[in-house]
Amino acid sequence: MDKGGIQAAGACVLCAPWREWDREAGLLEVEELACWRGERAVFAGVSFSLAAGEAGLLLGPNGAGKSSLLRVLAGLLPAAEGRVLWAGLDVAADAPAHASRLRYLGHLDAIKSALTVRENLEFHAALGGGDVAAALAAVALTPLADLPARVLSAGQKRRLALARLALAPAALWLLDEPSLGLDTASLARFGALLRAHCARGGIVLAATHVPLPLDNARDIRLG
Amino acid sequence: MLDAMASPFLAVLGRELRLALRHPADALAAVLFFLLVAALFPFGVGPAPETLARLAPGALLASALLAALLPLDRLWGAEAEDGSLDLLLLSGLHPAMLALAKAAGHWLTTGLPLLLAAPMAAAMLNLPTEAWGTAIAALGLASALLSLLGTAGAALTLGARRGGVLLPLLVLPLAIPAVIFGAAAIEAAASDNQARPMLLLLAALVALALPLAPLAAGAALRGE
Repeated sequence: MDKGGIQAAGACVLCAPWREWDREAGLLEVEELACWRGERAVFAGVSFSLAAGEAGLLLGPNGAGKSSLLRVLAGLLPAAEGRVLWAGLDVAADAPAHASRLRYLGHLDAIKSALTVRENLEFHAALGGGDVAAALAAVALTPLADLPARVLSAGQKRRLALARLALAPAALWLLDEPSLGLDTASLARFGALLRAHCARGGIVLAATHVPLPLDNARDIRLG
Repeated sequence: MLDAMASPFLAVLGRELRLALRHPADALAAVLFFLLVAALFPFGVGPAPETLARLAPGALLASALLAALLPLDRLWGAEAEDGSLDLLLLSGLHPAMLALAKAAGHWLTTGLPLLLAAPMAAAMLNLPTEAWGTAIAALGLASALLSLLGTAGAALTLGARRGGVLLPLLVLPLAIPAVIFGAAAIEAAASDNQARPMLLLLAALVALALPLAPLAAGAALRGE
């Protein structure tokens, strides 16, 4: 995979049309966050902050609650204690605004196997805006764009899920094991996406067991 | 604001239709189930034409509603299983509008095919032909009501352990008025009476469910 291709992919995302988001005020603060499942505390007392352009790696053993923390930050799970602040304001006060400023990538790829690769991305573009062709180019899935998603390998499906991130800029990326199944070339392309995102002032919080192609990422340990 | 809602709403609806066209077996299964259940009645009550004709309106509606129930637990289940539900809830489309789009998709991909098969079922049940038009109207309204109630019920039972059994238990009692009014309308048409009042009552039920069911579904999904 040539360097030029990777840089072009990163540049495509940089030039993608913007949705306005407050670049200067990008600040994620987590205060004493706790999450319960039934009687059991999945995690408790979690506090950290990430400023614009910063990347955090969520580390910890299996079962430490990394996925649950990401879901709480995304607003998909309620927090039992503590709060999440964005630019000093509690995100619970305006959940739709918080949802619109973040991109969540879970364990599952959220791909419909009956639709083609392009149709899958076009659906997400219809929901949240963005350039499908540029996103396909950023993850090098353009040659496979018109194949049904069911013929993709696991790694290719993960790349399609990552392409969603490249559709339109967002202030906060919450990623759960994003590099699962990616080969070295795809990992390098993903690194370019991450660097472009942080250069724009975006924040990344990624739960991962393997190193990600990010310099200056802070470790946040759970459990 | 309505403008901003329109494109995501249509995107969800369009995706439902596209997926149904790529997997026609689901709609086909519902239609076949409808016809098979309708076909059971003549075997059960014997071939006497008058008895069958008396039973026809109720049997038609009961078969259609049971058939429309079939794809419902996959409505939200399929989205939850591949992680799409998370993204739909984060997409900025109001959960109630999302539910409405899903309900509309369900009606177009299941209710409408049932309507197309209704004449065949009506023939098997010996329904007089002058009542067939009313039967299709009544079935159309009743299936729309079931799509709405079913979407809310499916959202409420999503993730429940016996969700597949819980869903009919929740939805069918609510659909009883539709069966009553629909059957009365068809009966009236078959005996040369006015079917319009009954159809209007059925339409009123649909109008009531149209805002309320999606709101209930949206609230249930947000609580997940």
